[in-house]
Amino acid sequence: MTTTTVQSEKPGPAAHDKRNPVAAFFRQREIPVAAALVALVLITFAINPLFLSPQSVKDLLLNATIMIILAVGQALVIITRNVDLSIGSIVGLVAFGTGSLFNIAPGMPIPLVFLIGIVFGGLLGAVNGLLVTLAKVPALVITLGTMYIYRGILSTWAGSKQYFSGDNPKEFGNLSVDTFFGFPIITIMAVVVVVIVAIVLGLRRGGRDLYAIGSDPDAAKLFGIPTGRRVMAAFIACGALTGLAGILYASRYNSVGALTGSGLELDVVAAVVVGGVAIFGGSGTVVGAAIGAVLLSTITSSLTATRVDKFWQQAIVGVLILAAIVIDRVVSIRNTRKLRVSEARDV
Amino acid sequence: MATDPNGIAEPSALSLTGASKTFGPVIALADGTIDIRPGEIHALVGENGAGKSTLVKILAGVHQPDGGEFLVAGEPVSFRTPADSKAAGISVIYQEPTLFPDLTVAENIFIGRQPRNRAGLINRAEMRRQARALFERLGVPIDPDRVAEGLSIADQQIIEIAKAISLDAKVLVMDEPTAALSGVEVDRLFGVARSLRERGAGILFISHRFEEVFALCDRITVMRDGRYISTHVTAEVTVDAIVREMVGRSIDALFPKSEAPIGDTVLRVEGLGRAGVFRGIDFEVKAGEIVALSGLVGAGRTEVARAVFGIDKYDEGAVTLGGKALKPHSPQAAIDAGIGFVPEDRRKQGLVMDLSVAKNATLTLRKQLARFGLINGRTERRVAEDWSKRLQVKTGSQDYAVSTLSGGNQQKVVIAKWLATEPKLLIVDEPTRGIDVGTKSEVHRLISDLAGRGIAILMISSELPEVLGMADRVLVMHEGRITAEIPRERATAERVMHAATASVNLTTEGSAA
Repeated sequence: MTTTTVQSEKPGPAAHDKRNPVAAFFRQREIPVAAALVALVLITFAINPLFLSPQSVKDLLLNATIMIILAVGQALVIITRNVDLSIGSIVGLVAFGTGSLFNIAPGMPIPLVFLIGIVFGGLLGAVNGLLVTLAKVPALVITLGTMYIYRGILSTWAGSKQYFSGDNPKEFGNLSVDTFFGFPIITIMAVVVVVIVAIVLGLRRGGRDLYAIGSDPDAAKLFGIPTGRRVMAAFIACGALTGLAGILYASRYNSVGALTGSGLELDVVAAVVVGGVAIFGGSGTVVGAAIGAVLLSTITSSLTATRVDKFWQQAIVGVLILAAIVIDRVVSIRNTRKLRVSEARDV
Repeated sequence: MATDPNGIAEPSALSLTGASKTFGPVIALADGTIDIRPGEIHALVGENGAGKSTLVKILAGVHQPDGGEFLVAGEPVSFRTPADSKAAGISVIYQEPTLFPDLTVAENIFIGRQPRNRAGLINRAEMRRQARALFERLGVPIDPDRVAEGLSIADQQIIEIAKAISLDAKVLVMDEPTAALSGVEVDRLFGVARSLRERGAGILFISHRFEEVFALCDRITVMRDGRYISTHVTAEVTVDAIVREMVGRSIDALFPKSEAPIGDTVLRVEGLGRAGVFRGIDFEVKAGEIVALSGLVGAGRTEVARAVFGIDKYDEGAVTLGGKALKPHSPQAAIDAGIGFVPEDRRKQGLVMDLSVAKNATLTLRKQLARFGLINGRTERRVAEDWSKRLQVKTGSQDYAVSTLSGGNQQKVVIAKWLATEPKLLIVDEPTRGIDVGTKSEVHRLISDLAGRGIAILMISSELPEVLGMADRVLVMHEGRITAEIPRERATAERVMHAATASVNLTTEGSAA
């Protein structure tokens, strides 16, 4: 009998169980980022009303588009408690490849170019996935290696050669100029990507497996989830989406060469983390990652619009990343504690 | 054979016969035999290291047996992965439930087989409804929408059981499910287990608590040293008989403790307690004395040792060494006061595996060996050689990485490391775990020698022969308390085992009051 250590059972922990849809909505991890984005846009608009002119909004969206697609791919990998640092090099390879393709066969149908670029990116992602699942070396190390290898291949291939947007067919360049009901076509593509991946990740069994793997890889194996296959699929999908981003890069920017896309990987990882995807996997959504991408690319524009010194821009991005991680930790620690209090029992 | 004389025509839900499993030179399971009928709760009991966990992992498909026959519902099976085992209708609930902390409770139950709509997408409302129905059936109010993180062990186990029910498991294996539960939670678990039995499931229940085994189970299988010993109908057997079968081996003269003069009290522990881990711990260790801290895994032995050494905090009580109060929660204070600690896991906690023998042996002496802040390599090697000779460490060179040594010799290096600090008290946690039989006795001789030189020894050990052979006094712990203090002359395997399982109120010889 444990009469000496009886703990006063607090009444009413059931209050937590009450499902309040409004409260549940605000507990979503994406809400703080989305709120930050809205605040950022409003404050910048107050300081410089030109910030929300149609042309400026179009530029904001165009700038964010490529980041959104990259962030969605990266989020898939990070959710499985891995990371892909080679995406900057993949963007470079695919963008330069797109330029060479149009150079060799100027009349090539654009959908075919897209297909080739996406498959190429997927293959590069598959190499990452294969190495990570077979070699059992952390993805951080593997993809750091493939980042340099892919970049090396690109440097050898490109040399000092560059392809300019003028070399590409006009319709290809127009993709990132034309709008549909005011929205740039490639931005609509990015939104479609976000929706499709969000559905797969949220509502397909295979998508949920990715969360399980990231949440506890050992338990996932014990449970019989085909972890190797799922992680492989995440890397291939990330590579394919990165390939898509690479093609859009070639369409959007003036020139592609040996240095195209270098350094992008860290911006993208930052966007994903800021968007509420836990760096140790298991939680977060691609919608959040996409909002994180928009937020990071908007900050740069908004700091320029409010004439903040360029040097400060990077520091502010850094503060944002740290804030996102700290908030995430604090919230999860508080939740855990709250959940445990209601279950305190005498031993 | 696992067939029963007054047997039923129906095939066993699960039957494993003569399964074996070795890991390199270690034989984890020599003869794993278990027979579970539909609609029975079957207990599996045995000491630590009897091979129960290995047997469970074979049933779960985690390990593949090297030999033996494995039938499920009368059909031979061979599982390559845990998924195979699950597909065959076996659900395993591990001591530490394996849930996904970030996923919701409902998703944890249905992951990989969530209900889907016609478009192939997960139907969350249906999933929630089914989860709620399961919890209603089990009579527990768990919110299916909350994440698994932060759930109590008891609730996590209920979720595992809900998972097993939804899988329509024919066999449910529960590996020490009650170890972390309070009384009410145990009752709830038993209620669930009984209702599953009524539905015709076969349940394998592993526990160290005899009162639970006898209250719940229909039959009991005993294992010892990786072998099947016997199966009894619970109603026809006594606790004493089971205990005898569990320990049933003669203690030979493998572990001789030489007589040493017992001196003054070195360590005194009074009323030591830590909420939820251990409490009311009183004992003392005298110079030249070997005191064994015995009990089952999880009884709180290592935790007490870690608190004494200052690694962990304690909430109440006091530790004095040589008459002086020891500062709590400070390993440095403990070392300065003259305590050495040889940890349970020498590979992770006792040694730096990639460093040389010499560097490891002199780790505790870095300050004395250093001049102007730099360590003189030659002095280091000389000191290390000296200790190696005294402890008979077998190594080709002092410069070899310590990872190249055998387990026994590694342990000697750890002990050397602490002896170099000239301790008054040496705490050794599972000193011979994973060490081959030949070297075991060398480690024992070494510990006995140290006691002979007037060092007080506190030894934690799960191996009964070691405890009985080495200790001047045996303290037995059960669920965070010392349940018996037995002097060498009166220490028998049965006495220790009884106190460790606390199934019978054995008259505790001068028990710590």
